[in-house]
Amino acid sequence: MHEMSVAQNIFEIMQQYVPVHEARDVRAVKLRIGDLAGVVPESLEFCFSVLADGTSFRAATLDIEHVPLSIHCKACDSTSKPDMPIFVCPSCKSSDIDVLAGTELQVVEIVLQDQQEDSS
Amino acid sequence: MSVITIERKILAKNDAIAGQNRALFERQGIFVINLVSSPGAGKTSILERTLEHLRGRVKIGVIEGDVQTDLDAQRVARYDIPVVQIVTRGGCHLEANLVHDALQKIDLESIQLLVIENVGNLVCPANYDLGEACKVVIASTTEGDDKPLKYPEMFLKASVLIVNKMDLLAYVNCDINTLKQNALSINPRLKIFETSCTTASGINAWCDWLVCQLNKHG
Repeated sequence: MHEMSVAQNIFEIMQQYVPVHEARDVRAVKLRIGDLAGVVPESLEFCFSVLADGTSFRAATLDIEHVPLSIHCKACDSTSKPDMPIFVCPSCKSSDIDVLAGTELQVVEIVLQDQQEDSS
Repeated sequence: MSVITIERKILAKNDAIAGQNRALFERQGIFVINLVSSPGAGKTSILERTLEHLRGRVKIGVIEGDVQTDLDAQRVARYDIPVVQIVTRGGCHLEANLVHDALQKIDLESIQLLVIENVGNLVCPANYDLGEACKVVIASTTEGDDKPLKYPEMFLKASVLIVNKMDLLAYVNCDINTLKQNALSINPRLKIFETSCTTASGINAWCDWLVCQLNKHG
């Protein structure tokens, strides 16, 4: 259960990038999480909400983009998205592959609602 | 709406500290392994056999990670080597800053090999770089042959697989060839050793590999 540690890191990144007086305006934090990153999205959302509750970031929610596993086969030079968890090229069955995507654990952007929009 | 573009790894802070640890290890010429497995696969037993086998030949230091107790550090301290216990008090994995702090308690000048025994867990430790040269994953025969398929990220990130408890193979529901095929289907670059801490089979080959790596990194 390392989702709390991951949530704390997201929180620290928000504190770094969002000026204090704009913290209340944060509506969403966009994340990119690979299927192979070992993170349970529901658990991460729960941990984040526990951390944000009672802080100036309490209006923020997580917006998670899931990235499927993608591999490049060095034997037949094809790129594919194989079914987890077997890491073989669907075309030629070679296991001589590089993982191109699926291990991401990134903060992509923070979305703020402008104060004018709030008042309108 | 306004947007602040970030495009940053969530665990960038951990990775930065891991980078500092790695630079320190390289400066000191220390080969570092991050030993990972599920609870009870035999991490500490493999470590004890390794310490016995390399005693007098390789100067070894150990960082032990456990959720509670210093029982593993007590076991390892019998070999009269530097050992630091990290108690995570509920934390399911070691992080680079914990290792960084533990390093202050070890005389790095006096060791050639540092073994970091992670918390028993095949999920979370896969995400946290500690600054090691490689991850060594242990899967024991009593866990069955499907562990690599259930925990692919760890097997993908490891450089070495030790299949432990080989002496029990005849008594458990585990096909060794299936286990190895499953692991290699995820990571064909895995170097595989088969060991038993009861009979000491395979410990020679594992320790020879370690010494070979030390010579490369020393």
